[in-house]
Amino acid sequence: MTTVLEAKHINKYFKKPVMFHVLKDINFQVKKGEFASIMGKSGCGKSTLLYILSTMDTDYEGELYLDNKLISGSDSEHLSYMRNKHIGFVFQFHYLLSEFTILENVMLPAKKLGEKSYQEIEHDAMDKLKMLNIEHLAKKQASRVSGGEKQRVAIARALINNPSIIMGDEPTGNLDSHNAENVFNIFKRLSEEEDLSLLIVTHDEDFANKTDRIIQMEDGKILL
Amino acid sequence: MVNWNIILSIAKTHLLTKIKQTAIAALGVTFGIGSYITLVCFMTGLNTMLDNLVLNQTPHIHIYNEIEPSEKQPISLYDNLKESFNVVHSIKPKLSQKKIHNGLPIIKFLEKDDAVRGALPQVKTQIFYMAGSIELAGNLTGINPLSEVELFNLGDYIVEGSAEALHNTDNSILLGIGIAKKMALKVGDRVQVSPIKGGIFPLKIVGFYQSGIADLDAVQSFSNIKTVQRILGEANNYITDINVKLYDIENALPLAQKIEQQFDLKAIDIKTANAQFETGTDIRNLITYAVSITLLIVAGFGIYNILNMLIYEKMNDIAILKAIGFSGKDVQLIFMSQAMIIGFVGGVLGLLIGYGLSSLIATVPFETEAIPTVKTYPINIQPSFFIIGFSFAMLSTFLAGYLPSKKAKKIDPVKIIRGL
Repeated sequence: MTTVLEAKHINKYFKKPVMFHVLKDINFQVKKGEFASIMGKSGCGKSTLLYILSTMDTDYEGELYLDNKLISGSDSEHLSYMRNKHIGFVFQFHYLLSEFTILENVMLPAKKLGEKSYQEIEHDAMDKLKMLNIEHLAKKQASRVSGGEKQRVAIARALINNPSIIMGDEPTGNLDSHNAENVFNIFKRLSEEEDLSLLIVTHDEDFANKTDRIIQMEDGKILL
Repeated sequence: MVNWNIILSIAKTHLLTKIKQTAIAALGVTFGIGSYITLVCFMTGLNTMLDNLVLNQTPHIHIYNEIEPSEKQPISLYDNLKESFNVVHSIKPKLSQKKIHNGLPIIKFLEKDDAVRGALPQVKTQIFYMAGSIELAGNLTGINPLSEVELFNLGDYIVEGSAEALHNTDNSILLGIGIAKKMALKVGDRVQVSPIKGGIFPLKIVGFYQSGIADLDAVQSFSNIKTVQRILGEANNYITDINVKLYDIENALPLAQKIEQQFDLKAIDIKTANAQFETGTDIRNLITYAVSITLLIVAGFGIYNILNMLIYEKMNDIAILKAIGFSGKDVQLIFMSQAMIIGFVGGVLGLLIGYGLSSLIATVPFETEAIPTVKTYPINIQPSFFIIGFSFAMLSTFLAGYLPSKKAKKIDPVKIIRGL
């Protein structure tokens, strides 16, 4: 099994208001097709770790490998490109661009990548929407759909560039149990059918227990 | 790699969903540029008119014999007193002739110069206009009427009659309109003039002259150079003044200095003689630009403000764009292009409005006694004003957009996403 994401000796400090060692020597791997969740109490550093893994936070020590390539220390242009092409993101709050339609929201990362023609991108986007059973929303304004639907749109957007890994920061935290169940099933299916790696930060123990692997964190360390 | 399609489409969506704010920002630019164009066309039009009022009838170099004291008094030539400190009281001007010595050869010499468009002789003298027992003091200038029309626009200031009539009629006079009013004379009448030395000469009035300066019109008349020479009893090489017109006004000062040295005459160039006009023009230009720049700066602050607000409203969008792979530079370009679109649309509208207003002003009647040739407000529409105005619009919106977009570039997506 190939490794998709690998963290080696990651340390991070918050310098303000006082020096604080948030992450202490984090080492772990995510394999291809693995559905992993990160659990831990509030303030244990799990979100901080996720944002480092997502390449958005560059202020850390240690090495980060994506598809076995070292990406720590790259310039921000390159990191943006890596994020665009290889990482899909789903947040607790759905974060769609409210002035654009659902379809445009889903197409945005692919347009940025610019590897396909407009027609191909549109076709791909419709495919993703169909897969998540929300193709009827395509032409709707993003501000006019419900929370559960928005989260599915966000997943479709995360999938549009066929990334190596999907990261989620409490993607079900803001949803009712029905929608949370729904989102989990989608993740599960992606992992099993599409062989996609997933790394999800969550508080929800039921959610975590159903994943392939739980990474338990406490006080900035991974408990084995 | 910058993907302009997507950046412009996001910028466009932002602008269109906030169409009111966009319109207000663009109108700020429109107003600034429009008033700049109108102001500058109107002001330079007025400037040109005022300058022409003076410059058209003023020679570029005026050559004459100045009555002045000798620079070196005889005592300073006396060797025995060379080392001593000499004081001479009550120095009187040197007795010299008014006539320019060798006037005609000098004119020929000047006309050979490549920089010179023409050199015209004049004979100036004081006379009295006789009306019964009343004598009115005045000036009579002998001229070559046709050449004066060609080089110094004399024709613009003849309100009745013509320069041709003056040229063709012997013993004729072009009378100042002020004198004509005082003496109740009309074209075709005769007026008697008397030179200072005595004698009476009847001259036929062939036209009236109006410069727009009332004091001048009450004394000044023109006649043929030969007629004046005859009145004065002088030969036909008697010339008191030479007026030189150049192709390029900038050559006036050096040429005047050269003439002074070469011929030992007084030669005044136009810039020295009319320094105050240059100052006036400069100050009017300064005011025009100061007002326009102020307007554009105000418009620029409007854009700055609106973009700043937009960026605060769009914090989440910016964070999400960065999270899905847009770089800081892409985000900056999105907001910069919004500023530039506002500047472009506002600027083009401003140019159109400025052009419209200027054209409108150019049709408003403006009649003044001072300048008989002007019928409507003078407007000077030049392509360079439009180029400057447009560059101004783009520059000010660029600056106004740069700071907020720089801020958008630096926004840390993690802080925004986690902050919620």
